Amino acid sequence: MRELLPLLLQGTLVTIEIAACATVLAIVMAFVATAAKLAPWAPLRWLGNAYVEIFRGTSLLVQLFWFFFVLPLPPFRIEMTPFTVAIVGLGLHYGAYGSEILRGALRSVPGGQFEAALALNLSPLTRMRRIVLPQAMINALPPATNLMIELLKGTSLVSLITLSDLTFRARQLDEATFRTAEIFMLTLVIYFVLAQVLVALMRHFERRVSHGILQRAAR
Amino acid sequence: MNSFFDLHYAGQILPALLRASIYTIFITLIGFAIALVLGLVLAVLRRSPVKAVSRTVGFIVEFIRSTPLLIQVYVLFYVLPVYGITMSALTAGTVGIALHYACYTSEVYRAGLNGVARGQWEAACALSLSPWRTYRGVILPQAIRPVIPALGNYLVAMFKDTPVLSAITVVELMQQAKNIGSETFRYLEPITLAGIFFLLISVTFAQLVRRLEYGLRLP
Repeated sequence: MRELLPLLLQGTLVTIEIAACATVLAIVMAFVATAAKLAPWAPLRWLGNAYVEIFRGTSLLVQLFWFFFVLPLPPFRIEMTPFTVAIVGLGLHYGAYGSEILRGALRSVPGGQFEAALALNLSPLTRMRRIVLPQAMINALPPATNLMIELLKGTSLVSLITLSDLTFRARQLDEATFRTAEIFMLTLVIYFVLAQVLVALMRHFERRVSHGILQRAAR
Repeated sequence: MNSFFDLHYAGQILPALLRASIYTIFITLIGFAIALVLGLVLAVLRRSPVKAVSRTVGFIVEFIRSTPLLIQVYVLFYVLPVYGITMSALTAGTVGIALHYACYTSEVYRAGLNGVARGQWEAACALSLSPWRTYRGVILPQAIRPVIPALGNYLVAMFKDTPVLSAITVVELMQQAKNIGSETFRYLEPITLAGIFFLLISVTFAQLVRRLEYGLRLP
């Protein structure tokens, strides 16, 4: 156990790095896609819809392989390091799911709020930032937590595109030491702990965004 | 060789990919059937009045839900043989994906069971129905109908997770595409086609679920 843990923890670090970067990209993509889908210009809306449908409709592993095997070949010739592929692949995939959550949350904000902000002559950016988004976040965060756990679990697939994350390390150690049961159980426990930490962290944020309106939520 | 998308080559590999996708659908349907039954069992067990049973089942469901499918499949395929349970890659893969999604469907069933009005339980109790008849005749018909869309989503999600099984040498759609790619060093067509197949099949599944939902809706 003692000699296994340091190596697995090295892999855990890579997993956390990838998960963190991919989460940031996914959040950005969720906002971009939602903005595109609500745009006044039709082609932009189609683009947003196409992005969400394509990335939600196909498998994450297919997308990772596509980025990894197809893009470096002609006619694209876009060579990315496995690390970049992992972040781009995970970010785009979960960003598409995230945009659906965001859209639902924005829709849940009562229309009167929007109209009130309009009546107070707030600029569109302020309207979004100070009025609509803070209220949308209350509904968006619980499903976003689930999605982040999905993303964390999704990072295990990057081991199949040669990145040395936790899963990759586990496979490697297994092949070297044959202590299969111990290694995989330990790996499962590490993923479980990571997910629990993430849930605790998100609970904290949930409490913060719903500060002062718990009365209404409890109703 | 330099053409963007070689249609002739794509036509050549199409039959192999079609066969693989039928195989993949087969795995999904078998796995989903197991997940539907097992999920219901888990959901009912989780409501057990015996604390030890409900806590244990709750923990197992949480644990499986927050750890990656890939590692669970590795455990089934590499760890269980150590304890004398040897399964073929296909069996291990199907069982793994079924177990994983059973935990998800159990959460869906739980939501459905919680949604049944309290009076229904009390009425069943007052009529002195056995637990079996309470569930079968009174509770489940009311609990399951509203959650069919959510269950359907997991059918689609499960289908999109089947490429994970390629990691334990199950030749499903993705693996077939990759094999073809490594034989000919042309990855663009097979992997893109695999992606399109995934998109088409998951859209079809989603349509079927929607139709089922429409057919089963309450008047």
